[in-house]
Amino acid sequence: MIEAYELTKVFDDFRAVDCVSLNVPRGSVVALLGPNGAGKTTTVRMLTSILAPTSGWAKVAGYSVVDQPEHVRASVGVLTEQHGLYERMKAIEYLDFFGRVYRMSAANRKRRSLELMERFGLTFALDKRLGDYSKGMKQKLALVRAMLHDPPVLLLDEPTSAMDPLSAKQVRDAILELQRGDRTFLITTHNLTEAQQIASKIAIIRSGRIVADGTFEQLARQFVGDPIMELRANRPMNGFVSEVTDLVTVVESGENWLRYRVAEPEQSNPVLLRRAAELGVEVVTLAPVSRTLEDVYLQVVKEDEGYGNDDQR
Amino acid sequence: MTTSVNPLDTLNLPPDAGWHARLHHTMGNALIITRREVRDSFRDWRIIAPIVILTFLFPFLAQFVAGRFAEFVAGYGAEVVGERTIPFLLMIVGFFPISISLVIALETFVGEKERRSLEPLLSTPLSNTELYIGKTLAAMIPPLLSSLGGMAVYLISLVAGEVAWRPQPALVVQIVMLTIVQALVMVTGAVVVSSQTTSTRAANLLASFIVIPMTLLIQVESIVMFLAPDTDSPRGITALWAIIVGMVVAVILLLRLGNSIFNREELLGRTIDQLNLRSVLRNIWRMTRAVDNRGTPARNLREWYGGVFGAVKALGPAIWITAGVFVVAFVAGWAIGQAPEWQLNLPKDASMNQAATMLGRYTSIPTSTGTLLFIVWQNGRILLAALVLAIFTFGIAAVILTPTVYAVIGYLFSQVYIAGYNPTFLYAGLLTHGVIEIPVIVLAAAASFRLGAIITRPPKGMTVGQGWTLAVGQTVRIALGIVIPGLLLAAFIEAFITPRVVVAVLSGGGG
Repeated sequence: MIEAYELTKVFDDFRAVDCVSLNVPRGSVVALLGPNGAGKTTTVRMLTSILAPTSGWAKVAGYSVVDQPEHVRASVGVLTEQHGLYERMKAIEYLDFFGRVYRMSAANRKRRSLELMERFGLTFALDKRLGDYSKGMKQKLALVRAMLHDPPVLLLDEPTSAMDPLSAKQVRDAILELQRGDRTFLITTHNLTEAQQIASKIAIIRSGRIVADGTFEQLARQFVGDPIMELRANRPMNGFVSEVTDLVTVVESGENWLRYRVAEPEQSNPVLLRRAAELGVEVVTLAPVSRTLEDVYLQVVKEDEGYGNDDQR
Repeated sequence: MTTSVNPLDTLNLPPDAGWHARLHHTMGNALIITRREVRDSFRDWRIIAPIVILTFLFPFLAQFVAGRFAEFVAGYGAEVVGERTIPFLLMIVGFFPISISLVIALETFVGEKERRSLEPLLSTPLSNTELYIGKTLAAMIPPLLSSLGGMAVYLISLVAGEVAWRPQPALVVQIVMLTIVQALVMVTGAVVVSSQTTSTRAANLLASFIVIPMTLLIQVESIVMFLAPDTDSPRGITALWAIIVGMVVAVILLLRLGNSIFNREELLGRTIDQLNLRSVLRNIWRMTRAVDNRGTPARNLREWYGGVFGAVKALGPAIWITAGVFVVAFVAGWAIGQAPEWQLNLPKDASMNQAATMLGRYTSIPTSTGTLLFIVWQNGRILLAALVLAIFTFGIAAVILTPTVYAVIGYLFSQVYIAGYNPTFLYAGLLTHGVIEIPVIVLAAAASFRLGAIITRPPKGMTVGQGWTLAVGQTVRIALGIVIPGLLLAAFIEAFITPRVVVAVLSGGGG
């Protein structure tokens, strides 16, 4: 649904985005992560046909961002980093205005506005001036605006920033519900927990380049190594550790516990458990040691810095 | 959540849609923006309060002042001053409210940028033109309504009140038209400023580039309204018609400029808040040395001359337009010379030699040896002035100032023909060096014209800054490669060869 090939944007002498290639299939959520100034917003602006790429190409919902900008913009819903509402307007007027811009019929504008406002718990504030909205309400209304014309592609910049946990969950649920309805999302965020929860794929951008791209598991394996499992027994496991070194890579061990790295847990764990049973080790728990996107992200950034230093050298 | 909207179904016009359908579509979308912004303006008491005061209170104050002032000056036998103050105050009543349009227009883009509400708007399928028209109309409509309303109140109070003024309808029409075009100039200019700055403060500071010329213009209009000899003419004041035409041209050029620089990339990515002079000069120098538009440097003089001719080719229609204006100027000079009141009435029986001497009193065409540098300076300063003024007048000065000399030449030719002289000496005096000088001057004027005009429509894929830098580089290339050598050569011929040719012609003609 979103295809980008070697998308590049140069401002005077500054290369803001450098040969970014992305593929976001229909009905998926891709999180674009990266430090401030990495090129996330510029990438999104190119995908929205607000900025023209210096080189490379991209297609959004089947339309070229260079040759069919108005088609692209009609097919995307955009949540910008700053909500940017017209503070003197009421919510219902605001949504009506954007509905008109998207040439929605009056009945449709009203129906969609009410439906989405209810979905995000904002019905009570329909007739309130936007200047009186709280930060979180403004963010939710901006999201409603992006979804108003029911676009097939949504480009969301920090969709849950400034929201309380309940509101953030409402937004995540809405994203996942729309994803199931075949909508495609590209989300830029600094909230790594959220990205891990909702993204089917993650791309990490740094200094304008995509430095990592894949599912969380793929990235975790690539940058943090094979999964680590932790086994706990109900009593000391004398001699057990030496019996499994041919099967797994032991990372740490204690009197009645063991942590090991394993490439194929589905194959190795049953064998390991059989050996434990043979040696009379009674296993209480066997669980993966959780790895977070934060671990992956920090590792990616660290490695990229290393390459950067190498390059400089 | 249900799916029911496909904006593409209603957003796009069929490819074979006529201009009427396209205009309707564009205006329909633009008016969505206009309606929202006008409604927003009318919710702001800081805009409403001055509009109400200037529409409903100020005209009565102006009417009162007009009445008292007329009485006062009548006491000194200067009724005419009082009479002329009345239309002058009509203009002022109209001008004050439209000055608010400047404030609204300045705020229109930069304010949205500051409030971060611009990007969501730019993310919609509205075209650049629709956004531009929508916002321009939104900035104009409330102040203009106030202005026209204020003028109506003033006129009614004067016509129906104790002053019982009976204005010339044409003068009222002129003042109304002036008010509208002034509003247009201010708004279109302010939209250009607003779209290129990042803060309201910067926009306000840059607004002096609009306020100062407008203030000067109002002063000129005031002087015209008091002193013009045709103030009471039923056809209106000629000078005011000229100002209206000039302002309409300015509006067209500003609209072109606004529409060309009003694009999403410029709005979000470019600003004129900071001017990196070193970078600008570096880029100009790069384009001066270049052999193409990408800035590829020339490796030798021959390659560079290829770039010079490339720059001449890039002038495109500017050359033909400029050459056309030169021809028109010559023909206009000739035509003016046909009018009896403009004829010099030269003696009919003069010899060629006498004719040349007599014409020498009216013209600067050199019939004696001048110094080479003096001639270069004469031509150079006109071209330099045309170049500098062209930058600030969208190129117009280049095609007005430079061809003026050719109107004089056309006029002189007409006088020679009317007197029945043999014009050979004129041809000899002009064309000997003119075969080089005239094309060089046309080329220089065309380059200046394009340099000024390019900001109203930069080359495709370029920003205004990039287009202008390229044009400066190309102009310098043409100047160094053709114009300066051409002027030097022409001056040499004019100083040392033309006089001899003229003398030879005059001798042969029985002088």
